[in-house]
Order: sequence, then C-alpha cells, then structure tokens
Amino acid sequence: MTEEIRKIVADHARLSIDAAGLAADADLYQAGMTSHASVNVMLALEDHFDVEFPDRMLTRDVFESIAAIERALGELRGSTVS
Amino acid sequence: MSVSVDRDQAFLDTVRRVADELAGPNADSVDREARFPIETIEGLRAEGALSAFIPTELGGGGVAFETIAAACFELGRRCGASAMVYAMHQIQVISIVRHLDDAPWFEDYLRTVSREQRLIASVTSELGTGGDMGRSVAAVTPAEGGACTFEKQAPTVSYGAYADDLFVTLRRAPDAEPSDQVVALARKEQLELEPTGTWDPLGMRGTCSPGYVVRATIAPEQVLATPFPRVSSESMVPVSHILWSHLWLGISTDAFDRARAFVRAAAKRSPGETPPVAVRLSHLMSELSLLRAEVSSALAEFVEASDEPGRERLTTMASALRFNNLKIAASEQAPRVCQGALGVCGIMGFKNDTPFSVGRHLRDTMSACLMVANERIHQTNASLLLIAKDV
Repeated sequence: MTEEIRKIVADHARLSIDAAGLAADADLYQAGMTSHASVNVMLALEDHFDVEFPDRMLTRDVFESIAAIERALGELRGSTVS
Repeated sequence: MSVSVDRDQAFLDTVRRVADELAGPNADSVDREARFPIETIEGLRAEGALSAFIPTELGGGGVAFETIAAACFELGRRCGASAMVYAMHQIQVISIVRHLDDAPWFEDYLRTVSREQRLIASVTSELGTGGDMGRSVAAVTPAEGGACTFEKQAPTVSYGAYADDLFVTLRRAPDAEPSDQVVALARKEQLELEPTGTWDPLGMRGTCSPGYVVRATIAPEQVLATPFPRVSSESMVPVSHILWSHLWLGISTDAFDRARAFVRAAAKRSPGETPPVAVRLSHLMSELSLLRAEVSSALAEFVEASDEPGRERLTTMASALRFNNLKIAASEQAPRVCQGALGVCGIMGFKNDTPFSVGRHLRDTMSACLMVANERIHQTNASLLLIAKDV
C-alpha cells in the first residue's frame, strides 16, 4: 500500500522534491504540499482505495506523511471489515 | 472556558464606559482625520483591557473569550476603528495564550504585556504571496551570535506605527517551502519599520494601516514552537472571523439604532400615525437579526469546540468551512444593514453631521469583504467542498 500512496503523492501533492526518495514519515507539508494540493491527494486516495474519509479525519495531521495516510487508510478499511 | 460572571461583567461594564466616553465622542475626528484612536486605546490601557484574555496567573484579567467578543461588539457600536484595533490586538494575544505550550519566553512576554499593557499588531500579509496567508516569502534567518533576522515586505500593517510589538508570519528557515510557516513575536526595540505607502482609505480610517518593510533581529525563543498552520486553523482564523464579525455587528447595530431613532422622531411629529418609513425599519430589523444569529451561533460553536480536549474539531475542514462562512456572511450582511439604515434615514443619514448619520458605518463595514478577500475565501471553500462531507 505504501507504494500506491507514494504514487498518488507523487502525482498530486506537487512536492518540490521527488516523492520516490521520500521517507514514509517525512512531512509532506514541509516538502511543499499546499492545503489545496492536499485536497487533490485526498480525492485521489478516496478514488484509488474506494474509501471515504469522514470529516473527523479530514485534518492536516492525517495527511502529513505517507505513513500517516497509511494509518488512516488502515483504520478506515479495518472499520469496514468489522 | 469558564466564565466568572462577576469579573467578566465588570470588565464589560468598563469597556462599555470607555466606548461611550472615549470611542464614541472621538469617532468622527478619528474617521475624518484618518488618525489612530489614541483616546480609546489609552482608555483601554488604563483599565488593563489589553491583557483581559491573559490568564490571571500571568498577570492578566482572565476573562472568557465570549466576553472579549462582546467587548468588540460594544466598541464597534461607538467607533469601528477602535473596535478593529482592539480586536486585532486580542487576536494576537489569544493566539499566543492558546499555543504557548508553557514556553518560558512567551510566558514572560505575556506577563510583560499584562504589566505594561503593550499593544500587539500583526504582520501576516506579504507582497509576492497573492494574498494567501498560508504562504510566506520572508524567512527566519540564522544570524551571528545565535540570533535570527528577517525582512518582510508587508502591504498593510494595521496600526504598525502605534504598536509596541509585532506578531509576524515567516517561513521556518531560508530553505523552507512557502507553506512551511512559523510565527514570531518581535519587540519594538528589535524592529525597524520602513513605511512604503500612505493611508487615505474609504473606511476603517483610524486603523492607520499603510505598508512597511519590517526588519528585525530576534532570539530563536521568540518563534512560537507550534507550527503556524496549526495556530492558524485552531485559533487565528476562527478567532479573527469571530471578533471581526462581532465588531461589524456592533457597527450595524448602531446604524440600526440611528435608523430607529430617525423613525421615532418622525412618529413624534405625527402622533397617531405609523410613519411609512417604519416599514423599512421592520425590513431592516430582519436583516440585522440574520447577522446577529450567524455571529452568535458561530461564537457558541467555537467555544464548544475549544473546550474539547485537543481541540481536534477545530482542525477539520468542516470547521474551516464553518468559520469561513461566518466571515463571508457577516462581511456581506453588515454593509447591507448599514445601507438599509441609510435608506431609512435618507438625506439625514447621508449627511455627515446629523444624529442619524450612517456614512461612517457604511464605509467602515465596506472594508469587511476585503479583510482577507471574500473571493479568496470562496476559492478555499470551493476546494474544501470537494472533499468535506458533512458541512
């Protein structure tokens, strides 16, 4: 899943650096992702993973790194299974 | 937030007195001469009102946020510019209080604000960012001896020449991205302000907000540890929109009161008949009550969300949309009410020297849609609406 997220980040976050070399816990905002770009990342994630982020998860922190996004997706998918 | 009824009531009574005795009587000259409302600010200083929100253990008044909002409303009823200066100062104080995280430098600073009643202005807008507060060009730059410097080109700094200290948004470091922002507090003796423009605007003339190049040398501790995006979404943006809306409501309420006084005077001249213009006043009342409802519901939601542990709700997109909507709605409704009051009072309202003059009210509230331009807020909302669910 990490690589799928990385691909989405590379395509939509408009980072000033190459997402391929980004650590999973690197701060995407510090890497140049604007709030506007983060919305596009969220939309692409919802589309790709066929999920909907509820409003409580639509915060800056949840999308601040690839690892944080992976945790959020894990939480969402876990809750749909149970 | 706990409200100590007696303390808060006493504070509000004091602000009301300053508004009636100092802000009101000087409002016309402040407006005409585009001069700083020094009488009001000195009056508030003398009463310790500049530190009203600072906790008592740091020497402040410890009053509740709701009471600060009510104070902005009361000042707005008498002088829009006085209210705006007070509101902007409170926005900086409240942002520091809510995000200081026990930092010793900021605790000491707040004690100094309480003791010396220092007035804080903000430097958030910047040339080269297209009006986007979420981006900075100027950066915290390491200098000799462990100090930091910065130089920021600010198109407007409200009451910059009269402020003791400045609250400034900056990039975290010279190599940081434009959106990687922090906020720093620079004291007057560390600052150099080079004026770059004049100040002769349509309204809110007493805020004295020309442009400046701001240069400063500060210590690293003067940069707030909490990243600016968090300070902004949890505090600075919602607090700004709530306090501004309260003072716009105050200005609109006074315009309505003047229209009502005009109708009453007309009624007294023809006893037994309801003057035709009274119907227009009724229309105006419904416009005013819409504004009042939006302002008070936003305040209640903010206070409730602020009381929750971690204040997580304030960091959601739904919350950003909520308080952006308050700004848009209130900034459009306030001049509408003032224009309605002008419609009631007619030429007596249009003239600047009658008890029913509402020209200043109308001009002051016309600044509302420009203070963070509504179209920019709509652009942000449009983007958030693509993803937010329950709005």
